[in-house]
Amino acid sequence: MYDVIVIGGGVTGCAIARELSKFEGKGCVIEAGDDVCSGTSKANSAIIHAGFDAAPGSNKARLNVRGNAMMDELAEKLDISFRRNGSLVVRTAEQPEEGLRQLLEKGRQNGVPGIRIVAGEELRAMEPNLADTVVEALYAPTGAIVCPFEMTIAFAENAYENGMEFRLETTVKEIEKEEGGYCVRVEKRAADQTVTTEELHTKAVVNAAGVYADVWNNRVSENKIHITARKGEYLLLDKVAGNHVQHTIFQLPGKMGKGVLVTQTVHGNLLVGPTAKDIDDKEGVNTTPEGLDYLPDSAAVSVKNLPLRQVITSFAGLRAHEDGDDFVLGEAADAPNFYNAAGIESPGLSSAPAIGEEIAAEVAAKLGLQKKEGFKDTRKGVQHLAELSMEQRNELIRQNPAYGNIICRCEMISEGEILDAIHRPIGARSLDAVKRRTRAGMGRCQSGFCSPRVIDILNRECGIPMEQVRKNSGASNFIVGKNKEI
Amino acid sequence: MKQYDLVIIGGGPAGMAAAIAAYDEGVSDILIIERDKELGGILNQCIHNGFGLHTFKEELTGPEYAARFAQQVYERGIAFKLNTMVMDISEQKVVTAMNAHDGMFEVQAKAVVLAMGCRERSRGALNIPGYRPAGIYSAGTAQRLVNMEGFMPGKEVVILGSGDIGLIMARRMTLEGAKVKVVAELMPYSGGLKRNIVQCLNDFDIPLKLSHTVVDIEGKERVEAVTIAQVGADRKPIPGTEERYTCDTLLLSCGLLPENELSRTAGVELSPVTSGPVVNESLETSVEGIFACGNVLHVHDLVDYVSQEAAVAGRHAAEYIKADAMEKSSGKTIQIEGEGGVRYTVPGFIRPDCMDENLTVRFRVGNVYQNCSIVTYFDDREIARRKRPVMAPGEMEQIILQKKQLQNDVSRVKIVIEPNS
Amino acid sequence: MAKEIIELTCIGCPLGCSLKVEKQDAEILSVEGNTCPRGDAYARKEVTNPTRIVTSSVKVVGGEVETVSCKTASDIPKNLIFSVIEVLRGQTVTAPVRIGDVLVKNVCDTGVDIVATKEVQSA
Repeated sequence: MYDVIVIGGGVTGCAIARELSKFEGKGCVIEAGDDVCSGTSKANSAIIHAGFDAAPGSNKARLNVRGNAMMDELAEKLDISFRRNGSLVVRTAEQPEEGLRQLLEKGRQNGVPGIRIVAGEELRAMEPNLADTVVEALYAPTGAIVCPFEMTIAFAENAYENGMEFRLETTVKEIEKEEGGYCVRVEKRAADQTVTTEELHTKAVVNAAGVYADVWNNRVSENKIHITARKGEYLLLDKVAGNHVQHTIFQLPGKMGKGVLVTQTVHGNLLVGPTAKDIDDKEGVNTTPEGLDYLPDSAAVSVKNLPLRQVITSFAGLRAHEDGDDFVLGEAADAPNFYNAAGIESPGLSSAPAIGEEIAAEVAAKLGLQKKEGFKDTRKGVQHLAELSMEQRNELIRQNPAYGNIICRCEMISEGEILDAIHRPIGARSLDAVKRRTRAGMGRCQSGFCSPRVIDILNRECGIPMEQVRKNSGASNFIVGKNKEI
Repeated sequence: MKQYDLVIIGGGPAGMAAAIAAYDEGVSDILIIERDKELGGILNQCIHNGFGLHTFKEELTGPEYAARFAQQVYERGIAFKLNTMVMDISEQKVVTAMNAHDGMFEVQAKAVVLAMGCRERSRGALNIPGYRPAGIYSAGTAQRLVNMEGFMPGKEVVILGSGDIGLIMARRMTLEGAKVKVVAELMPYSGGLKRNIVQCLNDFDIPLKLSHTVVDIEGKERVEAVTIAQVGADRKPIPGTEERYTCDTLLLSCGLLPENELSRTAGVELSPVTSGPVVNESLETSVEGIFACGNVLHVHDLVDYVSQEAAVAGRHAAEYIKADAMEKSSGKTIQIEGEGGVRYTVPGFIRPDCMDENLTVRFRVGNVYQNCSIVTYFDDREIARRKRPVMAPGEMEQIILQKKQLQNDVSRVKIVIEPNS
Repeated sequence: MAKEIIELTCIGCPLGCSLKVEKQDAEILSVEGNTCPRGDAYARKEVTNPTRIVTSSVKVVGGEVETVSCKTASDIPKNLIFSVIEVLRGQTVTAPVRIGDVLVKNVCDTGVDIVATKEVQSA
């Protein structure tokens, strides 16, 4: 019997799980993917918004500003790559002046610190590559960029180290109310694709199921919600283009719609996106010709001379858009002990720390869970060689020569870092899981050189047969058999 | 800090040939740094035949060609470090590298030869829409899996791009039991060698669809289908021409990119056309004493040309170390310009004082040309005209410039493709 | 029998000349399009007795790697390509292997051996 089951190992579910792990009680995160951070949390703008965008008084506004403020300490304690690069919402000459002033006013109401309008030489000095038609911008110094993989994985690892259980590649098939709580029926798919089912019993359920959150709410509650998968496509550019802009450049919504953002990422790439298109398929993460064509055109509204030859990959993610246009949070009125963290679209990543705090407190109060003695509030990520001096590296290599063996040439990731990713809590078992923890395969060759080597390492270290080493979940194997034997 | 006269970055065909030539020119204090576990570079996974016709007058496989050069490296006792990654090269020619045995270390070189080779254009760089499942490989990645590890990356294959590696892999995977359904090529001509189209596609009845590209990739876990469509003159897909192929694998063979991240750290000027360093007649880059050769300089079609070019770079690096070149140069330079279809030339300029008696200028054309001539002008004076029945972007062209012709009054050399009258 | 025109692409060098071979029964009447004598010879051979070098790989037992590349030491008839591959299925070689080591003698009665093209040292 669990005290609480969290459905969904995205950033929201993992943030909640970490906060829950501060309390006594038995908890579990159920994640359909082969790894945490394998849905919406892995494919978004990687922005910690300042918080001026959401309607004053909304969940989004409150939790975004609070989440943003929590990030410095969290990044420090949990070893998350995070940087306050500041954001600019730019207005072009043909757009009305009021737009930016309204945004400024909204930001002030939301309690966003330090925002102001910048123009002229100051603006050009901040960002020389803004489009010539840009006349002024709303500057938010607390706007920040983060690695969403590290953030989600850090929450998960820290929760795990504090006693939270994680069940990966496990899909919730049914939830039923029962005496004293809920029965959650799950299906576990093994690497060889065999399926086993199990019934889990829990006092409370937290619904952080992303685009599927409406399904589970509607199963137990008459207060129906409706979530639309809103596709966002992105272009990622090589690090040589990373300094094209320093801040996160948003557009003031205009005739062409909301427009796409252009931002540096925390690892020094340049990111352009997202598009916004509502789709029926809750797993429709394919990029489209229309999307890939639209992105450069839209980005050109705010930023000039984008070096598009430096695109190294494109991808799409889905935002969980709820009809009410706000996060749906807290205990369902007619389903006691069933807590929603639903409709978590932008600024969901920014709000996740605050959502975690709020939901966990609510659950703990209801179940009467006590604060845990000896909660460990820090976590160290994979030791990245690039962050070390030559002496430190050499000490590390003396202790473990695998740190001297570079596997990913583009990002200069060593075998030691990959072994760390595999052998740490909730260790990586697939190439994508290795990639999200180490960046191996995330560079300009997009894993062309390192993928055969990482496959070998997973085979050797985890005893996964070559034919079963996978890109991520399901039947995503790389190799179909031996030569002449297929 | 340990010092070497010459440090060579990369132990593939270019690095080995450069080392051998430098040694034979009298410089023996050489270090080759190779990131893989053996010398030979990409040749080790190119197990097909067709290498060495020019160099050895016989047809070798890639590993055999590599072994012959490796043997010459061993015979000369040239030092090399394997499994070693170069992480930085400074303008002062301090090379920072790392391996599991030595850790991270620096060496000071008098001269450096860049011979890092190239990488393949990835799916992301090609902007192909669709899902991102397992089963999408660059042809070279698939080649490594099949040829060096003995594993098949798929059973039913669609190939985008008719570059040589893609063509070779079409045959290779067919022989190992896969079904290659089609090769699609964006351009109206193939980027691969004729012999590969004949022996890798025609022999196995694999269709080659020119002016086609991939417009969709299906499959959320593993590739399930790929849709290709015909493209117009603007290279954009033509609606209504889509053809869907069920398959579990998409191989990409859509061009190679010189791998010049290290050249950048050294401050070497790169050409926007080749993505390789801009070099002079000695194959020296914009940074004095740093030379470049092989696919890091510009992508070659035949390894024999890589070996020839690298020997030139190695020899000039040795001369530089012996300080000959500095003394010879009067500072005068002559630009080489490509026109009328000549996309680029290597070298890009000449210091006539430092030139060998004969200088090979290599280049590629930007389109398929039939019944044309390669015409060389010194200023506006026609110097040479060579008829070429056919030229294609997939094949490298060359001319020879003679030092004795290039006298004082010449200010620029122009190479032009002109139709035969 | 009527005259037959066979179109080929010469593979003798990177030039890749387009060849036209005029053939009547087993007799070659003419070869056109070649720019060198090798093209003529290739065309005549390709329409009468096409041959290929086959390259592949076999498993290695006890080596530092598990696969070694190999080739037919010289050309074999084109129509025997798959028969040669069939012989290599399940074929193993014990390390060490040297370049030129014979892995299969007289493959498919062609009089041609399969030889290793890469060195593999013992594990």
